[in-house]
Amino acid sequence: MELIRESIYMTATKHSETTQRNQGMPLDLDLIKNIHINRSGVERRANTIAARRSVKKDWQAAWLLKAVTCIDLTTLGGDDTPGNVLRLCIKAKQPVREDLLAAMKMDDAHIQVAAVCVYHNLIPTALAALKGSNIPIAAVSTGFPAGQISLEQKLFEIKKSVEAGAKEIDIVISRAHVLCGNWNALYEEVKLFRKTCGDAHLKTILETGDLSTLTNIVKASHVCMMAGADFIKTSTGKASVNATLPVSLVMVRAIRDYYERTGIKVGFKPAGGIQKAKQALDWLILLKEELGDEWLCPELFRFGASSLLADIERQLEHFVTGRYSASYRHPMA
Amino acid sequence: MKVKSIFNNLEYGLAPESSSAANEWLDKHKRKFTLFIDGQWQTSTAAKYFVSSNPSNKKLLAKISTANATDVDKAVKAARKALPKWVKLGAHARARYLYAMARQIQKYARLFAVLESMENGKPIRESRDIDIPLAARHFYHHAGWAQLRDTELRDYKEVGVIAQIIPWNFPLLMLAWKIAPALAMGNTVVLKPAEFTSLTALLFAELCQQIGLPNGVVNIITGAGPTGAALVEHKGIDKIAFTGSTEVGRVIRKATAGTGKKISLELGGKSPFIVFDDADLDTVVEGVVDAIWFNQGQVCCAGSRLLVQESVAEKLYKKIKSRMEKLRVGDALDKSIDLGAIIAPIQLRSIEKLVKKGVEEGGHLWQPSWKCPTDGYYYPPTLFTEVAPASSIAQEEIFGPVLVAMTFRTHEEAIKLANNTRYGLAASLWTENINLALEVAPKIKAGTVWINCTNVFDAAAGFGGYRESGFGREGGKEGLYDYLKLKSDEKLTTPKKVVQKKLTSKALPLSVLPEIDRTVKMYIGGKQTRPDSGYSLPIESASGKFITCVGEGSRKDIRNAVEAAHAAQSWTDMSGHARAQILYYLAENLTIRKEEFANRLIQLLGVSASEAMLEVSLSIEHIYTYAAYADKYDGHVHHTISRHVTMAMPEALGVMGIVCANETPLLGFISSVIPALAMGNRVVAIPSELAPLCATDLYQIIETSDFPAGVINIITGRKEELTEVLAKHDDVDGVWYFGTKEGSKIVEMSAAENMKRTWVNYGKPRNWFELNHGEQEQFLRQATQVKNIWIPYGA
Repeated sequence: MELIRESIYMTATKHSETTQRNQGMPLDLDLIKNIHINRSGVERRANTIAARRSVKKDWQAAWLLKAVTCIDLTTLGGDDTPGNVLRLCIKAKQPVREDLLAAMKMDDAHIQVAAVCVYHNLIPTALAALKGSNIPIAAVSTGFPAGQISLEQKLFEIKKSVEAGAKEIDIVISRAHVLCGNWNALYEEVKLFRKTCGDAHLKTILETGDLSTLTNIVKASHVCMMAGADFIKTSTGKASVNATLPVSLVMVRAIRDYYERTGIKVGFKPAGGIQKAKQALDWLILLKEELGDEWLCPELFRFGASSLLADIERQLEHFVTGRYSASYRHPMA
Repeated sequence: MKVKSIFNNLEYGLAPESSSAANEWLDKHKRKFTLFIDGQWQTSTAAKYFVSSNPSNKKLLAKISTANATDVDKAVKAARKALPKWVKLGAHARARYLYAMARQIQKYARLFAVLESMENGKPIRESRDIDIPLAARHFYHHAGWAQLRDTELRDYKEVGVIAQIIPWNFPLLMLAWKIAPALAMGNTVVLKPAEFTSLTALLFAELCQQIGLPNGVVNIITGAGPTGAALVEHKGIDKIAFTGSTEVGRVIRKATAGTGKKISLELGGKSPFIVFDDADLDTVVEGVVDAIWFNQGQVCCAGSRLLVQESVAEKLYKKIKSRMEKLRVGDALDKSIDLGAIIAPIQLRSIEKLVKKGVEEGGHLWQPSWKCPTDGYYYPPTLFTEVAPASSIAQEEIFGPVLVAMTFRTHEEAIKLANNTRYGLAASLWTENINLALEVAPKIKAGTVWINCTNVFDAAAGFGGYRESGFGREGGKEGLYDYLKLKSDEKLTTPKKVVQKKLTSKALPLSVLPEIDRTVKMYIGGKQTRPDSGYSLPIESASGKFITCVGEGSRKDIRNAVEAAHAAQSWTDMSGHARAQILYYLAENLTIRKEEFANRLIQLLGVSASEAMLEVSLSIEHIYTYAAYADKYDGHVHHTISRHVTMAMPEALGVMGIVCANETPLLGFISSVIPALAMGNRVVAIPSELAPLCATDLYQIIETSDFPAGVINIITGRKEELTEVLAKHDDVDGVWYFGTKEGSKIVEMSAAENMKRTWVNYGKPRNWFELNHGEQEQFLRQATQVKNIWIPYGA
C-alpha cells in the first residue's frame, strides 16, 4: 500500500514539475482593451457543449472518480466547528466507499479529494485531521467573501493563513477595481497577494456574479493571470449567481489565451452551485474540449463544492450495482 | 481495469442512442412501405421498390415504393377530392388538426429523431435537439395561423392542391415547412420526400391517420426524380413548392411557365460568413462549426464562404484548425460526435470531386490529423485557405463539410465579396460593433442575415432566397402568401377582344396653323433619347388617323435603360418619406396637366371625356396611395426565440422591368410603375404598345418632379420583343408583365435563368378602375422581398 502511495505521489510530483508555476507578467493594458466577448455566442456554446458529448457506463464512472479527485471539499459556514471540519477531513481522505472502489478495481488508485477548503480559524483543526495524508488545506482569505477590508488587513490575513499551514489561498478580488475599470489597481493588488502567498498557491476568486458582463469577467481573468494567479476561480459560493457554464467557458478560454501567449498553464476552479454528478461531467467536458486533457487533473482543475461528492457517490453505486442508490448509504462529510 | 485506464486517459467512450424502437417500427412494417394516398396505404400500380439504407453503416433499412405517373394521378385526385370539405371545415377545425400534428410529433419525438439519424446520417444530437423540435414548433405556429386565417388574411383564400417536393437534408423539418402552412391556409397536399429519406414522412403519415385527419388532405408519395417530374407536370395541381437544387428549381420554373401554377422555390446557396476584426473570435469559431459542420455541411444556407478581415485572418485560421482537431465524426446515433455521415456515395463523390478541383486550382487544403471511420460514407471537416472568388470552390455549392476562406480589407470589400455570387440565401456577419452590423446587413443580397449567429431558425421568421436561391418564403406571416391567393384575383378573366371605339368625343378646337412637329422620344437615365435602332413606329388615333411616331426600342435601349436604372441606387437608399415627397410632387404636376392627359386618352382610345377624366383622376389618386405607402409598408419584428430581435424587412427587388397593360394606358402605367417605385425599385417600363404616348407624355412631368436620373426609364416599341429582352436580362431583378398568355409564358420561361422574380397575368386583364384590382397591397408585396435579420443580444 505504501508503495502504491509512493508511486502516485511520484506521478503527482512529476506532473507538477512539468507544470511550471505562473510567475505572472507585466500588465498589458492593450490586451485588456481589445477584449470583446459576445454573450449570446458564449451562451450558445455553453448550452450545447455538454449535448455534443456523452459519457456513459465505465466512462462515466471513471470520469466521476476523476471529478472526485478534483474536488476542493469545502465548508465555509458561520457555524463551522472543529467537529464538522474533522468529519469533512476524514471524508476527504476516503471520499468513496471502499467496496465501491474495489468493485471498480480502483481500490489501489488512492482516490482522495484535491484539497479541503475552510476559513482561517479552522486551519489547525484541518491540519490535525489531515495529518498523514498529502491533502492540502485551502483557506479563504482577504476578507472573504466581500473583500471590503483594507489592503493591509488582507495581506495580514494571507500571511497568517500561510503560517498556519494553508498550502492554498483562495482570495477574493476587489470587485470595485473591475467595475471602475481600474485594472492597474487590480493587478497590483493581486501581485501583492501572490507575493505574500510565497510557496502557497494563489486562487483568485473573481466573484463573477458581481461583475455584470462577460467582458468584465474575461478582463479580470487576464489581469489576475498577469499578476501571477495560480488558479482563477469563479465565485465564493456566497453570491446569488455562482459558477455557470457560460462564465466558466469564457474564463477557460482566457486561460487558453494566456497559455498560448506564455506557455504557462493556469488552473481553473468553478465554485458554488455544482451539486450534481451530471454537472461535474459537463464541466469536465468543457475543460477537455476547450482546454485539453492536460487540464483534467487536480493540479489544474478544482471543483469548489460541498454537496457534489454525495451525488457522485450515489451515481457510482448505481454504476456498480445497477440499482439507484440512496444518500444514507454513503458516509456523510 | 477498464475504469482505471479510462480514469488515466479520460477518453470518450461509446454512447450510442438505442435504435431498438426504430427497428421495431421498421419490422412492424416488414421493412416495406407503400404509398399514403387518400388516407390509405396503397400499393403502387407498378409495384416497384427502391432501397433506403443507413449511410453510417451502409445497412439496409427498408424497401420503399416507387410511385409512378398513375400513382401520382391518384394522389392528386385524392387531394382534389378532399379540398372542398377541408375548406368548408373552417379555420378553427384546421387549427385543431395542426395542433394535433404538433402534439403527435412531440409524443413520437425520439422515434422521429432516431429514424431521421439512421436514414440521413445526421448526428442524433441534431435530429433530437434541433430538427424535430423545430418541426413540432412549425406545426404549433401554423396551428395559430390556421386559427387566424379568416381574420388576419380575410381577403385571401386557399390556392388549392399543392405539390410539394422536399430534400433529404432535413427530412421532417422540410416536411413541416411545407405541410404546415399549406394546410393552415386551407390547401390539400401531395408531398414527395427525397428518395434517400422517406421514413419520417411515412411515420408522419401514420400520425395523420392517428389524429383522424380527413382522407386525402395529406398524401405522401415516395420515389425519385421521375416521380417528382410526374408530380410537377400533373395538370391537376395549383401550386408547386420545391426545396432542392437550383438546377432542378430551374427545370420546375420552365416546366410550369405560363401554366398559372404558383411556385415557390427554395434552392441552393453559397452563403458568406463575414468576420470583422472586432468580432469575438472564439465565438466565431463556434459559429463556423454551426455554419459548415452542422449536418455535415449539407445545408442549403451553410456558411460555406468564410470572409475574414485580413488583420485577424491568420489568428482565426489557427483557432479554427485547433477546433477542427477536436471535432468527432462517426455513427449518427453516437451521442459524442459532431459530424455524422454524408447522405450517399453520390454526394460523397461530388464533394471529393470539388475538393480535388479546389486543390488543383491552388487552394490550400487543411484537414485534421485524425481519420474518419470507414464503415460508412464519411468525409472529414475541411478548410480551404488562399481561395479567391475566381476559384470554383468559391462559387459552386459543395454541400459538404468544406469551408473556403478568403480575406477582405474593408467592409465595403466584404460586402462586394459577399454579393459576388449568383446565390442569395443567407449570410452571417460577426462584429461587436452594432453600427457596422446594421450597415452591412441590408447591403447583403440574402433572404436571411444572421448577426453574430448562424443557422438559427424559427417558425415565426420567414426563410427564403434572393437571386438564384429561389423565391417565396417559408415561415412567418410572409410565408403564408405563398399558399394563398387574393379572392379578388378570381375575377380576372380572359379578355374579350379589345375593340377600339370610333372617335365620338368632341376634339378641342384646332389652330389654323399646322401643328409643330413633335418628336416623341424614349426616356433613359433622365434623358430623352432617340432609339438606338434609328427606327420609329407610327401611332394612330382611335379613328385611325396618324398622330406621331414613337421610337422603336431595341435590345440596346433596354440594355442602356437597365444600366441607367442600376446607377440610380440613391433612389433605393432614400427614406420612404423622401420618395413619397417626389411621388406626391408627381401627382401635383400631373394634376396641373390633367386636361392634356385626358385629351390624349380621348385621342388615342376614343373614350368619352368623362371616362378619360376618370382615368386621369384615378391615376392621380393611385399615385397618392402608393406615395402614402412609401413610408408605411414596413416590416415586422417577429416573435422568434428569446433574446433575439428578428426583423423582417421588405426590401426593394432592385431593378424591375414593368411591361404595362395595353388597355387603360395611363392608369395601367401609373398603377404598376408607381408602387414599384414607392418601394424603392428603379424601373424600366414598357408602356402600352397601342397607346404609348400616355407614358411618353409623362416624362416631362417626371423631369419636373425631382426624380433622380435613371429611376424611371421608358422604352417604347414592340412590347413582346422588348419583354423578352427584359426577361432574359440577368441584371434585372424582377419583371411584371400585363399582357397575353403567351407573353406571360415567355417571361416565366426566360426568367428561369437568373431566377428573377416574375409577376404575370396569364392573359387575364385587370380592371384598373376597380379598387381591388388596380390598387392593392399585392403590388407592394410583389415589388419587395422580405429579408429577416437576426440579432441576438446580451452584454
